[in-house]
Amino acid sequence: MVSLKDYENGDTAWCPGCGNFGILQAVKKALVKVNLEPHQVLMVSGIGQAAKLPHYLKCNLFNGLHGRTLPVATGAKIVNPKLTVIAVGGDGDGYSEGGNHFIHAIRRNIDITYLVHDNQIYGLTKGQASATSAEGFVTKTTPMGAFSKPLNPIALAISQGISFVGRGFSGDIEHLSTLITEAIENRGFSLVDILQPCVTFNNVNTYQWYRKRVYKLDNSYDPKDRNAAFQKAQEWGERIPIGKIYAQDRLTYIEHDPEIERNPIIEQKHNPENFNKILDDFKI
Amino acid sequence: MSIDISFKIGGEAGQGLQTIGYILAKSMARGGLCVFTNQDNESRIRGGHNFYQIRISNNKVENLTEEIHVIIALDKKTIIEHKDELVKNGVIIFDGDKISVTDFDENLLNVPFERIAKEKADSTKMANSVAIGAAISLVGYDFDLLESVLKDEFDSKGAEISDKNIQASRAGFNYVSENGIDKFPYRIKKIGDSQDFIFLNGNEAIASAALLSGCKFVSAYPMSPSTSIQQFFASKMKDYCVVFEQAEDEISAINMIIGASFAGARSMTATSGGGFSLMVEGLSLAGMTETPIVIVICERPGPATGFPTRTEQGELEFAIYAGHGEFPRAVFAPGNVEQAFYLTSKAFNLAEKYQIPVIILSDQYLADSYFTTEKFDTSSIKVDRGEFFTESQVKKFGAYKRHLITESGISPRLFPGQKLGLVVTDSDEHTEDGHITELADVKINNVNKRFRKLELLKKDIGTPFVYGSKDADTLLIGWGSTYGALKEATKILNDQGSNVKMLHLNEIWPFPVEAVSNELKILDNSISVESNSTGQMAHLIRAETGIEVNKKILRFDGRPLTPQYILREFWKGR
Repeated sequence: MVSLKDYENGDTAWCPGCGNFGILQAVKKALVKVNLEPHQVLMVSGIGQAAKLPHYLKCNLFNGLHGRTLPVATGAKIVNPKLTVIAVGGDGDGYSEGGNHFIHAIRRNIDITYLVHDNQIYGLTKGQASATSAEGFVTKTTPMGAFSKPLNPIALAISQGISFVGRGFSGDIEHLSTLITEAIENRGFSLVDILQPCVTFNNVNTYQWYRKRVYKLDNSYDPKDRNAAFQKAQEWGERIPIGKIYAQDRLTYIEHDPEIERNPIIEQKHNPENFNKILDDFKI
Repeated sequence: MSIDISFKIGGEAGQGLQTIGYILAKSMARGGLCVFTNQDNESRIRGGHNFYQIRISNNKVENLTEEIHVIIALDKKTIIEHKDELVKNGVIIFDGDKISVTDFDENLLNVPFERIAKEKADSTKMANSVAIGAAISLVGYDFDLLESVLKDEFDSKGAEISDKNIQASRAGFNYVSENGIDKFPYRIKKIGDSQDFIFLNGNEAIASAALLSGCKFVSAYPMSPSTSIQQFFASKMKDYCVVFEQAEDEISAINMIIGASFAGARSMTATSGGGFSLMVEGLSLAGMTETPIVIVICERPGPATGFPTRTEQGELEFAIYAGHGEFPRAVFAPGNVEQAFYLTSKAFNLAEKYQIPVIILSDQYLADSYFTTEKFDTSSIKVDRGEFFTESQVKKFGAYKRHLITESGISPRLFPGQKLGLVVTDSDEHTEDGHITELADVKINNVNKRFRKLELLKKDIGTPFVYGSKDADTLLIGWGSTYGALKEATKILNDQGSNVKMLHLNEIWPFPVEAVSNELKILDNSISVESNSTGQMAHLIRAETGIEVNKKILRFDGRPLTPQYILREFWKGR
């Protein structure tokens, strides 16, 4: 059996009290719950404070470029479907720089889990507006308040037919780890948008602010109802729902081409002779 | 008997020029002849003016020529634009029912393609087959060879369509036999069979070499003139259990192949200059994470969208210097399909041996031109995946470190998913075990480690190709797809009494400094011949050897270099 100890790894470089600590703990717990050994997991991250998370775990890791987590994760999963692939990044990484990749990962329904630490602010570059900053939010680059409407990642995901989307809160580790477990176990592309206070640069969306507002979706809510989910996704302000917001059964990328699961690319023994017939196309 | 005859088929996009050209070319190749074809297309689906050119010889031909013997005109514009390219006694075949020619006095051969097609094959759609038959007859070639090619091309569309095309071609053939031009001087004869040869274009050579070399994953975004590499690879997915994934953009494409390669698959992308611009960030990522990838750039004229369907060698310096930061890479630029095939295979081996990005620099001219060439020696394809971390190395090195500092600079690879160790890498500067660091000495050690690989890589770079007069007084320098034109220009100059030598580079980076210096040092007169406006190879030679090339012959109108163009520029001012 795998235990939390198997995933422990060294010191972090986050601010004291950072919402990332709760997420790190929830990820470890989820990995133990799904009983995966560190070598069976590949985490792919981009750039930002969130993207440092896998360095504080024990697992395989490709820490790539800002916004480019999903393409790297997709390539790795296609050639080795046996890996459990988890992409992790922040709102700047995933919803701004990587916005296009996010939309297309939903379409592709590649079986990976995407964790987005959504703190509505840029932390690593020290306090600029992000794609999810509220209207009127004053930052160093929006001194008159943010004008652009915040992106709604959950509504966007549902509109594009995502396989699984949930919202977690880094202040509720148990709930978040259960949600991440479900996302990992879901076949298909799964997004967990995680409300994460930034204790240094976001003085509005604090732990206290969230604790007052978040409520857990219970059994009376049916995450298979797309229209209800779409409405739920737009609930924000006085009450903010957390939990599994939408899920549907959809053929995954790999299931669509089952041969690449039966005969995974990284297990193929290449023999050039078996490919000679390709040159018959050029016979005169 | 020496044969060197060129056809030009001109018309609008959508009139079937490529089909006529391909069938005519293949019929010639089937008679043991050497064939080279290229196409000149506008960036549109219908209309405009396009042409397809075929050169046929009993000797090896690897480039086009400006001397045309037969024009097949599917529209009047073809006659107007190309009549001056005809050699003496050359002929224009056209449909007199469709094109009025009272204002021309060239050798005109009216073959009413559509009328004959309607009469003999009951469909005007067969008009192109009439034209092919007419052309075959004009040069006195064997109809049976055309018939066998038509069967191959059209049998899949059903016996009726196949038979009608053959009937139409035979009718065109007979029409010219009866009403043709007396004593047309340019004759083509079957000289043997074709079983030792193949017929393919540059993109097909690259794509097939990738498959034979064990490339299992390609991700790309369609862009002319690279798209046929992508399509060829995709067409083999089902039979060979490889994967092509059309990415949402080129940024995604390069990051996908980096992810796939990191996870253990030989991976490649293909694009043109504009797409490569988007990939440059990822190129640097491959350099930092030491992830082997192969990138094919099929150049087209820039800047920006440029001439989307035409040719240029404008990205040599871009390919060599692209990417933020400093890291080793290799850049190859094949000169014909044979070089494209073998260099692609070498690109994969070097990428994995040194864990670096390798760029194959082609262009529209090589990408779309068909060559007959001797069958490739597939037994020479060796797959070398480089050094791997094994059970026995656990004792020697302890826990696995993806970026272990070694004397060679090469850190043994391991793919994620194995109990043997965790594989960790980072686009940040990293420790040996792949985690973020800010330490100064680690950075220095890593830079030195990565560049030690370049020193070894230099030993794997082949020497440039030298051809021509041994005691030459002038050196013509070229690279990439201009190989054939340069070689023919060199031969013509020497046949005419000049003393010229040619130096062609196809393994360009790391730059073969010694070999190039040795050739340049002994000559006072050197000329760089390139399809660009600044002479990028000349810059590179000066930067790498300190020797200045005396003169440049440059072409940058989007059209391919020809021997005639090189000769005209060579003699200018002499």
